Amino acid sequence: MCTTCGCGTGQLYVGGRKIQRSVSSDKPIQYQAHNIDATGQHTHEQAAIDFGTGIAGTHAPGMSQARMVKIERDILSKNNHYADENRRYLSEHGIFSLNLVSSPGSGKTTLLVNTINALREKYSLAVIEGDQQTDHDAARIRETGATAIQINTGKGCHLDAHMVGQAMQQISLPINSLLMIENVGNLVCPANFDLGEAHKVVILSVTEGEDKPLKYPDMFRAADLMLLNKCDLLPHLTFDVELAIKYAHQVNPNLTVIQISATDRTGMSAWLEWIEAGHVLKTIKPV
Amino acid sequence: MHEMSLAENVLQIIEQSAIEQKFTRVKTVWLEIGQLSCVEPEALLFHFEVVTRDSIAHQAQLEIIRIHGYGCCNHCAHEMPLASIYDSCHKCDTYDIRIIRGDEMRIKELEVE
Repeated sequence: MCTTCGCGTGQLYVGGRKIQRSVSSDKPIQYQAHNIDATGQHTHEQAAIDFGTGIAGTHAPGMSQARMVKIERDILSKNNHYADENRRYLSEHGIFSLNLVSSPGSGKTTLLVNTINALREKYSLAVIEGDQQTDHDAARIRETGATAIQINTGKGCHLDAHMVGQAMQQISLPINSLLMIENVGNLVCPANFDLGEAHKVVILSVTEGEDKPLKYPDMFRAADLMLLNKCDLLPHLTFDVELAIKYAHQVNPNLTVIQISATDRTGMSAWLEWIEAGHVLKTIKPV
Repeated sequence: MHEMSLAENVLQIIEQSAIEQKFTRVKTVWLEIGQLSCVEPEALLFHFEVVTRDSIAHQAQLEIIRIHGYGCCNHCAHEMPLASIYDSCHKCDTYDIRIIRGDEMRIKELEVE
């Protein structure tokens, strides 16, 4: 397991169903049989030793079969490939998708519930919920009447494009709908995993430190919108709003910032307008 | 950050090329990791060793080539070395800097047999 963030290879569940991770190399790699002989020496079973059977095909004594293979591939190329597929699907169906990221406890789910309640009359809306365990969040979303599917990442600390693609197959997303993806609460890992979404939206609550954008710059750089949440609590806190926004713009000068409170609804209209403006750009006309 | 996932992704790409390029053992893996990418080389080395156990890359040497950060100011077009992704422009002091290099996370090549 990852010592910094706890990510690792846990069992993945999408909507309660066990998902087998696809591995690009579907065929198992063949190994030689290993033996430990009587003297404790590690040997390989082979009828005859022939140094010329390797790739290089050389029989010359002392010549190694080793060779160089150029790869030149991005480590995340596979995730990016799945993300491109998701993006193509979303774009062909006129679906506007947002990837909501934040640290745990920033108020993402409450904000999402209130957002759905404000938009459900006007739009078809579906939610993909990412958490390591439990389907509590998906249950909260379903109470609003919206379609929600839970992805449990097991020990994984972020959603990846393959998981989201699987979830999208399980919920039928109507043409011109909205798709909200609530990522695992984590300000580090989800920054690099493109899911195929239109925008990453980072949520920072005023109960956290103003310097979060500097501490976790990758996430604030990857986002297009920052929601400064729980602003109703400002009178009780020493949180410096100007400083937080200054730090966020230091990391990402193009970041749009909306001050919001999911509970007293301050800033909700600006957030809803931002969603609607983005949705219009993605909408496709029926043929 | 997510070094475990990255190490798994590296192994998947290696296993894929083992099928395509027909090799059975990996001796050395060269990665290019930019200094502005959010990868901790020490953590990646640790996780690489863990995920490659009993794989084709078991006990392979992982060589990390660090690439220095370099950027261009979108405001005044000045080009400069970058120590972090939120450095200000050395010339005009604005923060609107495009990264030219230093955010790479690539598998460069393998020594195989």
